[in-house]
Amino acid sequence: MKPARDVYVIGVGMVKYGRYPEKTVIDIASEAVIVALKDAGVTMKDIQMVASGNLSGPVGQQIMRSVGQTGVPVVNVANACATGSTACREAYMSVASGAFDVAMAVGSEQMGKAGLLGAGRYTAMDPAYMPEGVIGSQMMPAVFSQWGIDHARKYGTTFEDFARVAYKNHKNSVHNPYAQYQQEFSMEEIMNARMVSWPNTLYMCCPTGDGAGVVIYASAEKARQFGSKTVKAAASILTSDPWTETGDAILDINQCTRLAAKEAWETSGVGPEDMDVVELHDCFATAEMVHYENLGLAPDGQGPKYLKEGKFDIGGKTAVNASGGLLSRGHPLGATGCCGIAEIVWQLRGESGGRQQPNAKAGLAHVIGLTSACTINVFTK
Amino acid sequence: MTSETESKEKTQKPIVPYLRLGATPDEKAYLWGSKCRACGTAYLGKRMACAKCFAVDDFDEIRFGEYGTLRTFSIVHQSLPGIEVPFIAAVVDLPEGAAVRANIGGIEPDPDKLVPLLGKKLQMYTEKLREDKEGNDVIGYRFRPAQA
Repeated sequence: MKPARDVYVIGVGMVKYGRYPEKTVIDIASEAVIVALKDAGVTMKDIQMVASGNLSGPVGQQIMRSVGQTGVPVVNVANACATGSTACREAYMSVASGAFDVAMAVGSEQMGKAGLLGAGRYTAMDPAYMPEGVIGSQMMPAVFSQWGIDHARKYGTTFEDFARVAYKNHKNSVHNPYAQYQQEFSMEEIMNARMVSWPNTLYMCCPTGDGAGVVIYASAEKARQFGSKTVKAAASILTSDPWTETGDAILDINQCTRLAAKEAWETSGVGPEDMDVVELHDCFATAEMVHYENLGLAPDGQGPKYLKEGKFDIGGKTAVNASGGLLSRGHPLGATGCCGIAEIVWQLRGESGGRQQPNAKAGLAHVIGLTSACTINVFTK
Repeated sequence: MTSETESKEKTQKPIVPYLRLGATPDEKAYLWGSKCRACGTAYLGKRMACAKCFAVDDFDEIRFGEYGTLRTFSIVHQSLPGIEVPFIAAVVDLPEGAAVRANIGGIEPDPDKLVPLLGKKLQMYTEKLREDKEGNDVIGYRFRPAQA
């Protein structure tokens, strides 16, 4: 979508991901809203539209009852793992179109220890006809592992190459106080951990948990009026999966990302070579590997080499998942998209502390939702 | 035939609609699908419209052959309760143009044996997986390395 006018992020907020059985998801979301309002220097009175992303239910209006019932339109959004980032796009479009001057996206989720995801839709039928485990797998670990091995078929990518993704992201997480896990692991620890779905071991799979993130968007005029710190939202793209010859067998993560990237560069006027920081959808280590190339951060087949050379480290050409990514920061489904954007905003404002990419001027947050949805949000200073 | 006698007869049923069992015990089961008359794209099972070229209600039924090639796989070690692990989950390319999700059999769940199989020829076979609530045999399909 071509924006009719420029849009700025004027405030972000998130709560540390974890497991909060003593809280409700409304509590968690409200905490993030209050942090973001303070960050922007506004109150709920200034918010003209709210998009709420939560996969377990339409909680947007309940969040309003907690933080401020202004009567403004509230849209509840669900788009698999891209739920939070789709809510962000709804808020972005509200401002970009000129319909509203200030809009807020809230992403929240309370998963607890949800375990493995996928294949749940078969529970209503006679279990004798459940295809999971006998007609391949539609569980998330197997789907994303198979996309990694598809890369291996074409380019010879190894188990060690994939493990190196997790090594980098866990190493970055040590500097992120919002991460669910802030622990570095050696390559040996990662490769010798319990195998979940080869080639992804436990430390190459993201955890489930609870969390929330908020992004507040505004027009240039309103941003000036509030005196907020601003980062330009240069593009907000959402794609669905185009037809592919493997579509009957496996949900696509590659083509929807490549299509979104193409549209993101066309809309924003920046390119992959300009990206100083990228938060991409590393729900599994194998997923990050294919997205280096899908996003144009490395030529096809060169992802493993670029990773090994340190090009995706903090201080490298493009710091990828400086936050620790989904692998360490966690992945409370509805929250994820908002929090990837919050990280890019902090990076461009120079506020990421020990995980700061030096002189970060442009970045993007990428999310995949399997069914399939892809969002790419590009930001510039 | 009354419904009473019908219910007493033990029958075989495919686990997925795009697997068709033979009419007689001698006839092999096969995967079937739809081929778009406008653009030639093949799909598993029945289609209303072509997702690639958008043609509507314009399909020929297609019978897939028993061979395919291994596009990708994962060795699943952790799954839902009641699902036997490890198993080899895979995507198999069919020469007629579609791809199908399948388990791989006839080979150990060992990456060193499976990685060299990527892009190689596989052969489909069927087997009884379990019985349904009514006592029918539930028939599934798998692929195994094809004989050289």
